[in-house]
Amino acid sequence: MHNIVCIKQVPDSAQIRVHPVTNTIMRQGVPTIINPYDLFALEAALGLRDRFGGEITVLTMGPPSAEESLRKALTYGADRAVQLTDRCFAGSDTLATTYALATAIRKIGKEYGPANLIFTGKQTIDGDTAQVGPGIAKRLGVGQLTYVAKVRSVDVANETIEAERRSEGGVQVLHTRLPCLITMLEATNQIRRGAMADALRAARAKIVKWSAQDAGVEDISKCGLKGSPTVVKRVFAPPARAERAALVESAEQPAQALIDAIFLNQPKLETDL
Amino acid sequence: AKKELPEHFKSYKHVWVFVELERGQVHPVSWELMGAGRGLADRLKVNLAAVVVGPEGQHTRNAALEAFCYGADLAYLVSDNVLSDYRNESYTKALTELVNTYKPEILLLGATTLGRDLAGSVATNLSTGLTADCTTLDVDADGSLAATRPTFGGSLLCTIYTLNYRPQMATVRPRVMPMPARVMRDAARIVVHPLGLVEDDIVTKVLSFLPDRDAETSTLAYADVVVAGGLGLGSPENFRLVRELAALLGAEYGCSRPLVQKGWVTSDRQIGQTGKTIRPKLYIAAGISGAIQHRVGVEGADLIVAVNTDKNAPIFDFAHLAIVSDAMQLLPALTAAFRARLLPDSRARIAV
Ligand SMILES: Cc1cc2nc3c(=O)[nH]c(=O)nc-3n(C[C@H](O)[C@H](O)[C@H](O)COP(=O)(O)OP(=O)(O)OC[C@H]3O[C@@H](n4cnc5c(N)ncnc54)[C@H](O)[C@@H]3O)c2cc1C
Ligand SMILES: Cc1cc2nc3c(=O)[nH]c(=O)nc-3n(C[C@H](O)[C@H](O)[C@H](O)COP(=O)(O)OP(=O)(O)OC[C@H]3O[C@@H](n4cnc5c(N)ncnc54)[C@H](O)[C@@H]3O)c2cc1C
Repeated sequence: MHNIVCIKQVPDSAQIRVHPVTNTIMRQGVPTIINPYDLFALEAALGLRDRFGGEITVLTMGPPSAEESLRKALTYGADRAVQLTDRCFAGSDTLATTYALATAIRKIGKEYGPANLIFTGKQTIDGDTAQVGPGIAKRLGVGQLTYVAKVRSVDVANETIEAERRSEGGVQVLHTRLPCLITMLEATNQIRRGAMADALRAARAKIVKWSAQDAGVEDISKCGLKGSPTVVKRVFAPPARAERAALVESAEQPAQALIDAIFLNQPKLETDL
Repeated sequence: AKKELPEHFKSYKHVWVFVELERGQVHPVSWELMGAGRGLADRLKVNLAAVVVGPEGQHTRNAALEAFCYGADLAYLVSDNVLSDYRNESYTKALTELVNTYKPEILLLGATTLGRDLAGSVATNLSTGLTADCTTLDVDADGSLAATRPTFGGSLLCTIYTLNYRPQMATVRPRVMPMPARVMRDAARIVVHPLGLVEDDIVTKVLSFLPDRDAETSTLAYADVVVAGGLGLGSPENFRLVRELAALLGAEYGCSRPLVQKGWVTSDRQIGQTGKTIRPKLYIAAGISGAIQHRVGVEGADLIVAVNTDKNAPIFDFAHLAIVSDAMQLLPALTAAFRARLLPDSRARIAV
């Protein structure tokens, strides 16, 4: 099998700080991590390789510094890493991102053998749209299984897969044809600890770096800001409520004072509770 | 970026809401979106249409009829037994073709597992913009959809436009928009559109559906009273104080995201942008700072009570009642005081 796992480098959100005066995000010095959901995707691919053999290619689109996350993925045991990096990709929304990633996935197929499965995380922790997986699938013309909690089985000879997909109020068990795209949910499959040999290999490994042209991008106007139908027009702090919260103060009986204030504001609650 | 809408998009008119139907039930988010869509359509002086896709029969038909009671001017209906379970291929085809045939300017979907699966595919087919998880939808002076969502990390919001492509697509999470009142109305126009697909054309098969056990689906999103705790509680043991107050009030309990990340509380209890959105009559938040991702999940509450040791905590910017106090002391006191108030004779009963 040849499976491709798409990973995105994201700021470690827990550590992002907002500038107290200008209200802008201070990104300098914020550590980055592999988007946590993408590690579940990588582990799912590693699990399949354990069973069926084959290769795993990890792919990211991002600035030169995103190389770090690819190297990290190699330490977990991925076989090959491809980085799509070009100034023309800057400012991509999800439509432009999926154009670039789908083009690179086709090229990976030509260079290293066609993919049976393409994995993504269910969503990122920065953009958080969950739109990239379905977009890639549509552009490649392959089926998609989103919010997959578990890959039940893969029949390599007959090129089919069975998986459990989370839906509203339950789990759908789906059967479909390969190749297809899977977006992985957080699950019980924590990423394995990489082998020492993989760590050594990762440190020296050559990361395949492709510009838009290298990847086979034919229409540059579909990339980056230009290729993005969405436009971020305004970034602003949420308005404070007209009146700030009323302060409940009572040195002796704060709990009692708070309950009085609650029922004063919402008299109906006293009978409802 | 400037607005220069190409000529062929100028005929795109009207606001559409995709009505999500799974196993015969309309997801409430669809009616919430009808409320928001009605507002947009009135501002733009255009029609509001409900889009209903599902198997043949009563449930699907009823969903279309019901849409008129939530403000629809007309409904588009694709019903075919191939559509009895949600599958990306069949639903994407139905919705893409409806858009290409009847050309709406705005298309709204719920940000559910179904809605996100479908919206991402349809937007890619149509090569148009899709704004995810919006918290406010508005129209600008020039009639563009202004879709606002939280931006990562800070306490900021951003407004996103799809200036030069149509339709302008957006998803909204359940409970973010208020549920509009249902008003008994007769159905008006229903436009029936064929699917043009047979079962053999569809590669993906649904082998089975395993419904969640009740325990797995907390009713947090729809609870009247919610008590939640954040990192200020300091330890997983202290979270018990939140659960005890919730139990006494017959309320659901919830938490901020870090508690889920630390494994203190299960993920179905997370409140906020990447968890549940709630609209209770009373929300009590203890030891939660009030980051934007948390705020957008609770702003629809009628009464927000915040307990925090820091008098400058951002949560006091949007709470209604503030108490600057140590949650570890206040929560047990509050539980005791509520018990005395709501069950005045409980002590007597225990004494007997
Ligand atoms: C605050 C904020 C809000 C945004 N809102 C929108 C919006 O509403 N609409 C919109 O179209 N764009 C939006 N964007 C832009 C969007 O984040 C980018 O297009 C981004 O490249 C991918 O989207 P995502 O992070 O939402 O990924 P998701 O769709 O959430 O990611 C799903 C999976 O796709 C894969 N993936 C995603 N990006 C990459 C990558 N660069 N390389 C390899 N694999 C990847 C990963 O496996 C990931 O787990 C927003 C960005 C920010 C920062
Ligand atoms: C993409 C993205 C999505 C996110 N989604 C969500 C989401 O859905 N939901 C969510 O909640 N967060 C979300 N977050 C995280 C969010 O930005 C905040 O980091 C988080 O809400 C903070 O949690 P907290 O308030 O519990 O902790 P903190 O911010 O650490 O606040 C703790 C508070 O407790 C107070 N405190 C300390 N001791 C006491 C005491 N003894 N008694 C009373 N008060 C005390 C402190 O003054 C402080 O205000 C998201 C972040 C990102 C980047």
